[in-house]
Amino acid sequence: MKKTGAQILCESLIKEGVEVIFGILGGAILPVYDAFTQYPQLRHILVRHEQGAVHAADGYARATHKVGACIATSGPGAANLVTGIANAYMDSSPLIAITGQVARPFIGKDAFQETDITGITLPITKHNYLVYSASELAMVVKEAFYIARTGRQGPVLIDIPRDVQQEEAEFIYPDKVDLPGYKPVVQGHPAQIRKAAKLVNGAERPLIIAGRGIIMSQAYAELKELAEKAQIPVVNTLLGISSFPQNHVLSFDMLGMHGMAYANMAVQAADLIIAIGMRFDDRATAITDKFAPEARIIHIDIDPAEIGKNVRVDVPIVGDVKNVLGVLNNEITVKEHAEWLSTLNKWQREHPSLLIRESSELLPQYIVRQIYEATQGDATVVTGVGQNQMWAAQYFTFIKPNSFISSGGLGTMGFELPAAMGVKVGRPDEMVWCVAGDGGFQMTIQELATIAVENIAVKIAIINNGYLGMVRQWQELFYGHRYVDTRLWNPDFVKIAEAYEIPAIKVRHRDEVSPAICKAMDYDGPFLVDFIVEPEENVYPMVPPGKSLSEIIELPKPKRVPKAKPKILARS
Amino acid sequence: METKEYTISMLVEDKAGVLNRVASLFRRRNFNIKSLAVGGSEQPSLSRMTVVVAADPAQVEQVRKQLDKLINVVKVSDITDADIVARELALIKVAATSSSRSGIIQIVDIFRANIVDVAADSVTVEVTGDEDKVNSLLELLRGFGIKEVVRTGRVALTRGGASSKKNPKH
Repeated sequence: MKKTGAQILCESLIKEGVEVIFGILGGAILPVYDAFTQYPQLRHILVRHEQGAVHAADGYARATHKVGACIATSGPGAANLVTGIANAYMDSSPLIAITGQVARPFIGKDAFQETDITGITLPITKHNYLVYSASELAMVVKEAFYIARTGRQGPVLIDIPRDVQQEEAEFIYPDKVDLPGYKPVVQGHPAQIRKAAKLVNGAERPLIIAGRGIIMSQAYAELKELAEKAQIPVVNTLLGISSFPQNHVLSFDMLGMHGMAYANMAVQAADLIIAIGMRFDDRATAITDKFAPEARIIHIDIDPAEIGKNVRVDVPIVGDVKNVLGVLNNEITVKEHAEWLSTLNKWQREHPSLLIRESSELLPQYIVRQIYEATQGDATVVTGVGQNQMWAAQYFTFIKPNSFISSGGLGTMGFELPAAMGVKVGRPDEMVWCVAGDGGFQMTIQELATIAVENIAVKIAIINNGYLGMVRQWQELFYGHRYVDTRLWNPDFVKIAEAYEIPAIKVRHRDEVSPAICKAMDYDGPFLVDFIVEPEENVYPMVPPGKSLSEIIELPKPKRVPKAKPKILARS
Repeated sequence: METKEYTISMLVEDKAGVLNRVASLFRRRNFNIKSLAVGGSEQPSLSRMTVVVAADPAQVEQVRKQLDKLINVVKVSDITDADIVARELALIKVAATSSSRSGIIQIVDIFRANIVDVAADSVTVEVTGDEDKVNSLLELLRGFGIKEVVRTGRVALTRGGASSKKNPKH
């Protein structure tokens, strides 16, 4: 039967299992929106800015292990997706971005709301398509989903001219794809796995670095078996948080720039690193030529291009983490590593990186800790980037698999609120806490409207220090306390929330924290808590830029009072 | 690490925008293209690209892997150390007067090049060979006055039965 391009798109999305699509419409995508009326099984969530749509689809994808979907019109609509697509690309999040394009006769004529979105997104998509005829649309959608969800996952963009959406074609959904240039390797090479097993069996001070690849391939049980069988301690990357339960005796928490001192010391002392589903990002490794100086490195990753990209690797294994660990676990022998583990436990006791200092001020670390206490870890925490992200990563004890969703690679302020929205849509029965900074929150604050209208029951904690906090921390430490333009004048977020008909409270004191969190959680719907915190609290531990993991600063130096008062841009 | 020239041979899908994807990747990853030649291959739906890059061994390994990740790139081979036939074609328009023309023809003959166009004030020479041969000819013709040059960049195939479809390192 003949169908229009718009109908073919909708039918294809349904065939691929899409239930929710986040988007905002405009002229060049109108035929598709018009077709939505015929497909009520596709839930469209109208956002208030395209960046919100793509972050929500990203959060949804990370929370559900499905491919997220978002849709926008041509020109500015498509261009507004760019940050979110780049974010998904950096963190290997599978999503499909659909954009309207001007009609075919207008392409290349600088028509109204025309932009070359396939050109723009070339380096930030796994692949993209400009669809020239309705007859190829079904195959394009099939391929796009296949590419997004297999191998190293990532975003795929499909740009569809308005007249292609209206053009009729025969609709037959293909049952397989033919992509001669795309053959992801999922099984690890047996000889490489044997080599790796030999290293593991011979190691005295082995250490696992667990990355997001474990979460993506849902290899939690395999990782646990590997760690427990050979008694190998586990540290994780930022996005590897919640790949291994942090209340496990073998967990030594996060490594890296703001990782735990004992985690970084473990990396520097290990004689074998088993890096699983991670990519040796510079925030995890610090300077690479002094990274794990005593260790041989086994690197397990699905993307061959990650092998040897940033650090030298002794035994690379390309494949899906779950498959590789499944085979590797059979080849390793039971071990104790008692001495190594007791050393790590000693370091952990001697370097308690997570102490919260005494203060009359409200400290952000305390708030995160209280959210953990209130939820007992039974919640998903979503963050953007910055100090709030680091405190959330450090002070919440992540026990449930895949319970920390954050903008890692791109470090996108404004990811938190729309992503939390997508997470909550994907996990309607779960407690979802959005931990935001006052800066990042204002970058996508408009999604409060979406949250209110759709009654998406996210709990929002604003760690409000009146600064672009992480940047201020760098200005304090590395730019002589010159706080250029990091001080933020903020509106009253409680009033803002109330204007959106979202209940909210402001918290200034320690004893109000726990009741506020409970109130937010008890409320049946979205809720915002504006925590006014100590403005100049810093994130520690910290490996200064250009230093190695061994040069971690654990405790802040006593604060000097800046000579000049910081420039205040406030209208107070 | 030491930088040298590497020859990478690729089979790519003959679709719109593929050259852009390849070129964009080189720019994005900060890889330096010395030359790039594209044309048909033995298979109707595939084109062959020969790219010469200046890189160190680790970089060229990254180039190869990153190119391999492009969906439209079907095969990538680093054929630098393989037994290959590599050629470049150049057209050289040389200023020529009735008195200098015979001198040009002599040099062209020595290089087994061809004269493909003759005009009142110039001749156009076609030469095929490796880069050194083309460079030497250019050097010798320079004295006569070179008006225009176009070079194709290197194209290469592995010799004999070996196929450049596979990376010899793997």
